[in-house]
Amino acid sequence: MPVLRPLSGAGALRRPALRWTDLLVGVAIIVVFYLTIRATLGAASPLDLATAPSSISTDPAHLPYYALRSLLRMFVALIASTVFTFMVATAAARLPRVEKIVLPALDILQSVPILGFLSVTVTGFIALFPGSTLGLEAASVFAIFTSQAWNMAFSFHASLVSQSRDLDEAARLMRLSKWQRFWKLDVPSGMIPLVWNGMMSFGGGWFFLAASEAISVGDKTYALPGVGAYVAAAVEQGQLDRVGWAILAMIVMVLGTNFLFWRPLVAWAERFRQEDTAAVDRPRSLVLDLLAHSSIPRGLGRAFAPVGRGLDRATRPFGVAEHPLFVPRLRRRAGDVVMALVVIAGILYGAYWASEFIGSTIGFGSFGEAFGLGLITFIRVLVIIILATLIWVPVGVWVGMNPKVSKLAQPVVQLLASFPANFLFPFVIAFFVAVGIPLDIGGILLMALGSQWYILFNVIAGASAIPTDLRQAMESFRLTPWQRWRKLILPGIFPAYVTGGITAAGGAWNASIVSEIVSYNHNTLIAPGLGSYIAQATSGGDMARVLVGVIVMSVFVVGLNRLFWRRLYRVAETRFSL
Amino acid sequence: MNNTTLIAVDDVTKVFATDGGEKTVLDGISLTINHGEIVALLGRSGSGKSTLLRCIAGLIGPSTGTVSYKGTPLNGSNPGTALVFQSFALLPWLTVLENVELGLEAKGIKPAERRERALKAIDVIGLDGFESAYPKELSGGMRQRVGFARALVVEPDVLLMDEPFSALDVLTSENLRSELVRMWSEGTMPTQTALIVTHNIEEAIQLADRILVLDSNPGRIKAELTVELPKPRDRRSPEFEDLVDEVYGILTGQQAEPRRAAVNGGGPDAAAAAQGLETPLPTASTGSLGGIVELLAAHGGSEGLAEIADELRYEIDDLLPVVDAAQLLKLVRTQDGALRITEQGRRYAGADLLRAKEQFATLAVEAAPLVRHIVKELRRSDSGAIRADGVLSDLRALYGDQEAQQQLDTAVDWGRYGELFEYDADSGRLLLPTHPDATAAAAGQTVDA
Ligand SMILES: Nc1ncnc2c1ncn2[C@@H]1O[C@H](COP(=O)(O)OP(=O)(O)O)[C@@H](O)[C@H]1O
Ligand SMILES: [Mg+2]
Repeated sequence: MPVLRPLSGAGALRRPALRWTDLLVGVAIIVVFYLTIRATLGAASPLDLATAPSSISTDPAHLPYYALRSLLRMFVALIASTVFTFMVATAAARLPRVEKIVLPALDILQSVPILGFLSVTVTGFIALFPGSTLGLEAASVFAIFTSQAWNMAFSFHASLVSQSRDLDEAARLMRLSKWQRFWKLDVPSGMIPLVWNGMMSFGGGWFFLAASEAISVGDKTYALPGVGAYVAAAVEQGQLDRVGWAILAMIVMVLGTNFLFWRPLVAWAERFRQEDTAAVDRPRSLVLDLLAHSSIPRGLGRAFAPVGRGLDRATRPFGVAEHPLFVPRLRRRAGDVVMALVVIAGILYGAYWASEFIGSTIGFGSFGEAFGLGLITFIRVLVIIILATLIWVPVGVWVGMNPKVSKLAQPVVQLLASFPANFLFPFVIAFFVAVGIPLDIGGILLMALGSQWYILFNVIAGASAIPTDLRQAMESFRLTPWQRWRKLILPGIFPAYVTGGITAAGGAWNASIVSEIVSYNHNTLIAPGLGSYIAQATSGGDMARVLVGVIVMSVFVVGLNRLFWRRLYRVAETRFSL
Repeated sequence: MNNTTLIAVDDVTKVFATDGGEKTVLDGISLTINHGEIVALLGRSGSGKSTLLRCIAGLIGPSTGTVSYKGTPLNGSNPGTALVFQSFALLPWLTVLENVELGLEAKGIKPAERRERALKAIDVIGLDGFESAYPKELSGGMRQRVGFARALVVEPDVLLMDEPFSALDVLTSENLRSELVRMWSEGTMPTQTALIVTHNIEEAIQLADRILVLDSNPGRIKAELTVELPKPRDRRSPEFEDLVDEVYGILTGQQAEPRRAAVNGGGPDAAAAAQGLETPLPTASTGSLGGIVELLAAHGGSEGLAEIADELRYEIDDLLPVVDAAQLLKLVRTQDGALRITEQGRRYAGADLLRAKEQFATLAVEAAPLVRHIVKELRRSDSGAIRADGVLSDLRALYGDQEAQQQLDTAVDWGRYGELFEYDADSGRLLLPTHPDATAAAAGQTVDA
């Protein structure tokens, strides 16, 4: 081969016109586009409520399409949660008066049994989109949304208020516009917690997806094409093999979204880390590396740059991200008073409406009944927490303190935590029916199926965060195992354990609604409890009882959080922080 | 020089709320910054320099008084200023170029012009070739260059700097500082007017046309000096050294009234005040205290403060508390920027450890109100133990959270050294040395250390 002389255009030759990464990324983008459109068309199809199907076909050949529709719901809910988070958390962080309302409201919403609301919201959404599947779709998306949004908003609000003071001052002194500040400072500095929180919430969302695709309103059941409705139909007909197919589809979806979406996002978010020291094992992602090697994302970025500039200009009239140093006291007072009046009026009206409604239908005596049932469910939750603690704390500590094991176990546990437990119910219930275990006891296992992992997950995280040098120092002291636990391990994992405990308990309360009453192969098993009370009221269209049940359950959850978990958490923070 | 006033600070006070009290950080400050001059604001740490700077930048509002820019009182961030931070405060997710461009973007300048101006600022400040680097890839000195480029690119009327060199090592800061001096004298600096906050005396003299010395507790302007040496200034010239000594004299000089935390309001403060607690303990360790007395003894009993700082490689922030403490205990005396050992001090330097501890204990109880207060309370209690929280909450009302803790820590250090009392961290109690738990607490302390 003759020696190549450098040509003037040699640079262009060395850069291949179309690289295989570009090809791959391009095809992937087109496929995603196509699938999204296909699923969207299905979701927006016309629907006559009178003849709407109450069940869907359980032919496994339909599963890919069902999975697609389910995925669309999950992602629409994620987008909605993100938009909600941006707006509400930012408003709360910037406007003190809004903060005073939003934070307690989010706290309560976080503890309210979402599934109890499903039937209420469905009615509303159907009215919103008459003659279209969109109403049912929106109700399902809303159920998923409510399992994600509050967490995400809390996380984003926390990062906004803990923003570095210097960065805040730099932004204010540069007189960035509100829009610029949001995208250049607020979102980037909250990105890492937001992405992690989004990933965890997304995992929790599968549970609500499965529970919300087959919805009963009054005496009528609607089924949306989706994996959740598929399972419901298969269970109703006792086809365990088909449930197996659905579980397989579910595993593929959970792993697939993790690999194609969350891993790349987590790895990408690393660029927003503020500490100088690079983490030793930074999250990496094959997909992200692929995207980084392709020129398509950058090309798209350039193509959309004018849009960004246009938005930047269009949002200028909203002004500079700065607040006045002095507000006339009279005006501030007046604002506070007006705000307080509006809130008090709203609460009073709501309370009046609810008491009027309950008083005129089932009477206030029903609170007593619901409260008694609540105690039964409370005992179940208690048993779950105690058992999960006894089993998973030692396991979690063992895993967390062995870096090799935790590296292997972490993804498995993550999968277990995000795998919707209600998919496993049919097998467990079939077992109960075969062996003759009553649901009073068996329900505990069902409730635990989804919620226990939070304890394991957090304990692993806490144990692996115990500094290595501290561990080595303790080893050199030759402590007895018990001393080691008391002096090192328990203090190390306690805050993380409390966090896991709160989440697990909240999850168990919520799960009671689908665990205390189950049907399998045309049999229905019922365990008395607040969960079955709400579930039965929902399927019977008894709004007053739904309201009473939800109120009582919220009181239980919020009360226990305040009286028990919060105190424990404070103990954890003051006595046991490393 | 054009004598238009750019910034006027008029009778500004700033009061921060503390736990059950208030703390006056700035008290009756008035100053002006005129076009074309470089002003240095000098004071020890905690004297309120940053607070004053942030009032001037319009980032916080004064409690009373006004700050105005070109005659208009501020009610929001000052549009004519840019700030260089001690911590750099760069956005880690933006490249050097994007960081520098951001201020221009905020002004709504078109992309092409934005880029051109940013590149020019980067060039002027010596960052060529680093445009696409991220801040975390840069050394501290380079990061602060980005900080300067970002501030200068918007061509502010007044450049504000909050200890811009104090996070850098000595060589790097010297290098960057002299480059700034050069740019100012050559006229390549786009901004001719500046206010620099510093606790480094030589830095102030090197850069400034005018030096304002801020007193602490509460922050007041204690002295104003005009520096008329030609630039660039040679720090080894006798005039320069005289000025350094003069400033040391001002910083350590006798106050007209004893330094006090300003006490507003009644209640618990009044009780605390009666104990003399409003006179803060200088935050100096017993070790450094002994060190400075011995150093003086070794130098024949007297030495200039600037020389001591040089020898110890101490910033004034490290040195002045030790000097204050030694002065409080009457081990040394200051005189015109020099430190002189007292009779007391000679005996202390010559004593063996046991004697020195005894002498220290007597002096501390005599002269340090907080130590005396704790000893008194302990003797008064039946059990020989009191809760540290109680002492801390009295201090909090006077000093705020952080400083209160610092006061207690210092007192515990002094008390332990003088064997006046012990502190048991597990139970949060202060103990007389005769208390049964005291030996255990002392043992625990050595294991921790
Ligand atoms: N936001 C605040 N709230 C309460 N106290 C503050 C606040 N900011 C500063 N202080 C107190 O004001 C004093 C002066 O602080 P600062 O202006 O940072 O001093 P300097 O910059 O001179 O070191 C310190 O005692 C500090 O604790
Ligand atoms: Mg400061």
